[in-house]
Amino acid sequence: MNNTNPVIVVIEDDSQICRFLRTSLRAQGFQVIEAGTGERGLLEIGRRKPELVILDLGLPGMDGIAVIHKVREWSAVPIIVLSARSQENNKVNALDAGADDYLTKPFSIGELLARIRVSLRHAARLAGDSTETLFCVGDLQVDLSRRCVFIGEQEIHLTPIEYRLLTVLIHHAGKVLTHRQLLLHVWGPAYIEHAHYVRIYMGQLRRKLEADPAQPHYLLTEAGIGYRLAFRE
Amino acid sequence: MTDLRPDPDELLARVEREENQRRRGRLKIFFGAAAGVGKTYGMLLVAQAKRAEGVDVVVGLVETHDRQETIAVLQGLEVLPPKLVKHRGTVQREFDLEGTLKRRPTLVLVDELAHSNAVGCRHSKRWQDVEELLNAGIDVYSTLNVQHLESLNDDVNLVTGVQVKETVPDTVFELADEVELIDLPPDELLLRLKEGKVYVPQQAERAMRSFFRKGNLIALRELSLRFTADRVDAQMQDYREIHAIHDVWPVGDRLLVCIGPNSGAERLVRAAKRFSTSLHAHWLVAYVETPELQRFPAERRDEVLRVLRFAEQLGAETVTLSGSDMSKEILSLAKSRNVTKIMLGKPGRRGWKRWVLGSVVDKLIAEAHNINVYLLGSPRGEGILEQKRPKQMPEPKVRRLGYPWERVKRHWLSWGWALVMTSGTTLLAWLMSGKFESANLIMVYLLGVVFMAARVGREASILTSILSVAAFDFLFVTPIYTFAVADAQYLVTFFIMLLVGLIISHLTSNVRFQAKIASHRERRANVLYALSKDLATGRNLADISKIAVRHIHEEFGGTSVLLFPVDDSRLVYPQEPAIAESLHAADLGVAQWVFDHTRIAGQGTDTLPGASAVYFPLSGFRGVIGVLALRAANLRRVFLPEQRRLLDTFLSQIAQAIERVHFAEEVQQTQLRMESETLRNSLLSAISHDLRTPLSVIVGAASTLVEEDAHLNAPDRQELSLTIYDEALRMSNLANNILDMARLEGGQASLNLQWYPLDEIIGGALTRMHKRLQGRIVNTRLPDGLCWVRLDAVLIEQVLINLLDNACKYTPGGSPIDIIAELSTHILKVTVADRGSGIPAGSEEKLFDKFYQVHREGKQSGVGLGLAICKAIVIAHGGVIGVGNRHGGGAQFFFILPVDEASPQLVDELEDE
Repeated sequence: MNNTNPVIVVIEDDSQICRFLRTSLRAQGFQVIEAGTGERGLLEIGRRKPELVILDLGLPGMDGIAVIHKVREWSAVPIIVLSARSQENNKVNALDAGADDYLTKPFSIGELLARIRVSLRHAARLAGDSTETLFCVGDLQVDLSRRCVFIGEQEIHLTPIEYRLLTVLIHHAGKVLTHRQLLLHVWGPAYIEHAHYVRIYMGQLRRKLEADPAQPHYLLTEAGIGYRLAFRE
Repeated sequence: MTDLRPDPDELLARVEREENQRRRGRLKIFFGAAAGVGKTYGMLLVAQAKRAEGVDVVVGLVETHDRQETIAVLQGLEVLPPKLVKHRGTVQREFDLEGTLKRRPTLVLVDELAHSNAVGCRHSKRWQDVEELLNAGIDVYSTLNVQHLESLNDDVNLVTGVQVKETVPDTVFELADEVELIDLPPDELLLRLKEGKVYVPQQAERAMRSFFRKGNLIALRELSLRFTADRVDAQMQDYREIHAIHDVWPVGDRLLVCIGPNSGAERLVRAAKRFSTSLHAHWLVAYVETPELQRFPAERRDEVLRVLRFAEQLGAETVTLSGSDMSKEILSLAKSRNVTKIMLGKPGRRGWKRWVLGSVVDKLIAEAHNINVYLLGSPRGEGILEQKRPKQMPEPKVRRLGYPWERVKRHWLSWGWALVMTSGTTLLAWLMSGKFESANLIMVYLLGVVFMAARVGREASILTSILSVAAFDFLFVTPIYTFAVADAQYLVTFFIMLLVGLIISHLTSNVRFQAKIASHRERRANVLYALSKDLATGRNLADISKIAVRHIHEEFGGTSVLLFPVDDSRLVYPQEPAIAESLHAADLGVAQWVFDHTRIAGQGTDTLPGASAVYFPLSGFRGVIGVLALRAANLRRVFLPEQRRLLDTFLSQIAQAIERVHFAEEVQQTQLRMESETLRNSLLSAISHDLRTPLSVIVGAASTLVEEDAHLNAPDRQELSLTIYDEALRMSNLANNILDMARLEGGQASLNLQWYPLDEIIGGALTRMHKRLQGRIVNTRLPDGLCWVRLDAVLIEQVLINLLDNACKYTPGGSPIDIIAELSTHILKVTVADRGSGIPAGSEEKLFDKFYQVHREGKQSGVGLGLAICKAIVIAHGGVIGVGNRHGGGAQFFFILPVDEASPQLVDELEDE
C-alpha cells in the first residue's frame, strides 16, 4: 500500500458495512482506517490526520453529532455522514454542526465515491487559494470576477441577493447546503429562522436559470434538508 | 278451565330467589310474643349445637340482660367485640358490622333485629346490617318480638296502648329462610318475670304494671302464633305453586293504595301491607299531587315523601303522580298497571260538603268498573294518630330559618292587597251610588274579587269577598253605617254575593294553579330536553360527567361528582380536571357501598345519614355503572317527589349516555382489533411473498458467484451482480415502505408544515425519480407564478414519488406521464396521470388499502403499500386522495390538499431590487 494514498477514517460500528467500505474504497486507492466508536474515531483522526472522515450517525456511546462538534474544534477535515432513512432532523443537525455531506443508507458505492470526490476537491480548493473565476455546469456559466451569469449565450440578470445566493451555492458546488447555512451566508445571522426567504429566492433563481423550474437541472432540492447545486465532474 | 302448568313468571321468580339464596346467607329468626320468652336463650342453644357440628359460629351481639341462664349458654362461643359509639356523652355498644364482614364467619348471631343503631353506624337500623351480612353470604341468627313487626305496629298499639318505635319491615321477616317460634304461655312468662329471670326487680315491677299485663301477653301471643301460622300457610302456598296446584287463588291480584298528605297515610300503608300479604298480591302506593295538595306547607309534603319511602321498605312499589283530578289519575294508573283492588282512607269530606263538592272515593266507585274499592276505617277520632309525631327527615337548616318569615310576609301582603282592593271598589261603588241600582254596585265588588283571584291569589280573593260583603252592608244597605239589615232580602243578597265570590276565588285560583303546573311541566320538559341534547354531544366519559354535573347544578343546586369504577369493582375519583360545579370531597366509602348495593344512601336517607352528600347509584342496562354524589344546597330541592322523579330521569339519561359512550368505544375497539387482525394477516402473507422472492434471488446469485466463480465469464458475473443489486434495491424499497407505513400509522410522524413553492416539491420528486423516469416524457403543468403551499415537504414528495413509481410500474416503458397542479382559493389539486391500461372498475377504493395489488401474482413487485402510504399522508394533511380513468386511456391519481392560509410575505427590510 502506498503511503501517499489518501487516508479515510471510517467510523462505523456495523462490521458488514465496514467490510464493504474497506473493500470498495481500497479498490479505489484509498487507505482505510476503521474505528468502531466515536471515541476511537476521534483518536484515529488526531493521529492519522486523514484526508476525509466517513461517519455513521447512529453510534454506540458517543453519538455522531458530538463527534462532528469535537472534530470541528480543531480540524476542517471533510466529513461525510451516513444515516438511516427518514431522520431528516439528524441530517440537518449533522450538516449544521459542520459535516460536509450526507448519504442515506442503503447507498451505492458510486454515490459514495462521487460525494468523496466533491468533498476532497472542495477541501483542496479551500486549502490552496481558489483562483477559479469561472464556474460551468451544463449551460450555466458564471463569471465570478465579472459577476456575470449566462445560460448558453444569453446573459441573465440577477438581483444582488439572487447573485449572492448563487455564489454561495457555487462555492459549495456539489455539496448540500442546509436552509440555515444558506440563510447565514446570504442574509446573515438575524434571518436564520426565515426559511421561506431561501425558498422564495431559490424559486426566483430557478425561474431565471432553469428551462423548467419543476424539473430543475442545476438547483436541486433535498427535501427537508436544503439545496445542492449540481456539479459536473 | 284450570291451567295446570306452573306460571312461568313465578317459576322464574322462584329460580331467581333460589339463585339469590345460594349466594345469600340464610336468615333464621327466633320469633316470640314478648321479651323474656327465651328467644336469645333458644338461639344460643341452637348455636351451641351448630358449633358442636363444627360450624364457624360467632356471636356478633347478644343482649344477655344479665340473665344467668343466658350467660351460661354463651360459654364457649366466640364473641366479637362490640363497636363502641359515643353519642351525647354516653358510650353505646353496637353491633360491629365492618368487623364481622372482615372476620367472615359462616354463621353470626345478632340479637334484636328491630334495634335502631346509634348515630355514626353505617345503617340506621340493625336489620339493614343483617341484610348486608346476608348479601355478603354470611348466615345470620336473630331474634324478634311480634310487636316490632311493622305491619302489626298499629294492632299492637291498639291492644297494648304502647307505641313501638323500633320496627322491622315485614319483608325482612317474609324473606327469612326459617322462623322458629319461641312460645311460652303468659302465666309462665309472668312467673319468670316475678322470679327476676327477665328483668332486674325494679324494672320487672314497672314492666308488669304496663306492658306485661296478662291480657296484653295473651293478645301478643295470639298475634305471634297467627303470624307464624300465616307464614306456614305461605310456605304451603309455595309448595302448591311449584306443583302447579292452582285452583285455590287466582293469581294476578294487584293492590293500589292511594295516600294523601294526612296523618292516616302511614296507617293506610301498614293496613295495605297486611292486606296485600294476605292476598299474596303485588302492591303499589300512589300519591297524587293535585293543585290543592300543592298548597300544603312543605312539611306536610315531606311527610308524604317519608310515608312513600316507608312503603318502599315494606315492599311496595311507589308512584307519584301529578294532575288536577285525583280520581282520574288514580284510575288511569290502575288501568295501566292492571290493578284489581284500590284501597283508600275514608273520604275526608263528610255530610253536605261531600254531597256538594263530591269526593274522590265516590268518583272512583262510580268510574272503576272492574276494580274493587276498599276503604280503611279510622279509629274513633284521629287523636291517637295525631299523638304520633312523624319522624322528621333531616332538613337543611338554612332554608328553615327564613321560611316562616317569608310566609308571614306573603300573608300580610295578600291581606294588604285585599284591603286596598276593597277600598278601591268601595270608592267606585260610592261614586256610583244614587245613580245606579245596588245590584250594579255588587257587580263592581265582584269584579274586584275576580281581579284579586286572578292576580294575587286565593287567600286574598276570599278575604276580598268577605270584606266586600261587609263594606256593602255597612255603606249601601239601610240602615247605612251599621252592619244591621232592615230588609231581610239583603241577607240572601249577602249570602249569594259571598258564595259567588268564594266560587270565583276557588275556580280562578285553580286555573292559576293549573297554569303554574303547566309551566312547571314545560320547564321540566325543557330542562330534560336541554340535558339530553347536551348529553348527545358528549364523546367520552369526561364530557358526559362534565355535562351531567353542570346540569345537575343548574336544576338541583349544589355540587356533585360522578364516580366510576376501575375494573368494574372499585370506585375511584375521576382524574379529569374538576369544573366549578364539581364536588370535591365525596366519601368513596359511602359511594362504594351504594355501588355495591345499588341503593341510595347518605344525607337524608336511612343509610349512612351522617354523610355530607347524597349518593345515587347510576343504573344502566347492564346493571350499576357508577355513582352520583350530590351535595345539595337545599335537600328539599332533591327530595320533593317531583324533584326526585326529575332527578331519577336525569340519572337514567346520564346512565344511558354513559352506556352509549361505552358501547361506541367497545364497537370501535372491536373494529380496531378486527382491522389489525386482517392487517397482520395480509402483512404476513405479503412479507412472506415479497421478502422471500428477492431474498432467494440474492442468495441464489450470490452463491453462484461465490461457489462457481471459476466457471463464470465476465459478462455472467456482471449479470449476476446486477441481479443482486436490483433485488437488494427492491427489498430496500419494501423495507422503507413498511417503515413509513408503521411510522404514519403509529402516529409518530408529526407533520412538519412549512411554506414551499409548489414547483420545488414537484422538482424534488422528479429529481429523486430521475433514474426511474429515464426514457419517459414527463409533462408538468403548473399554475403561473410562484404557487405557495403549506405542507410537509418530505412526506408530500414521498406521495409524488410513490405515484410516479406506481405509474412507472403499471405502464409500458416510454409512455408519457403528466403532472398537473391546479390551485384555487381553497384547494390545491395535484394529478399524476399516465397512459397505461387504466384501473379496473370497482377497485378504485381498494387500491388505497394496505397490501392491495391489482395483479396479485403479476410480475410487478411491491407489497402494495405505496398507495396506502400516499393515502395516510394526504389524510394527515387534511386532504383526500382518489383515482379515476382518464379520457383517452390511462389512469389518473390525484390528491387534494386544503389551502386555507395566506402565503408568507417577505419582510420589507430585505434590500433587493
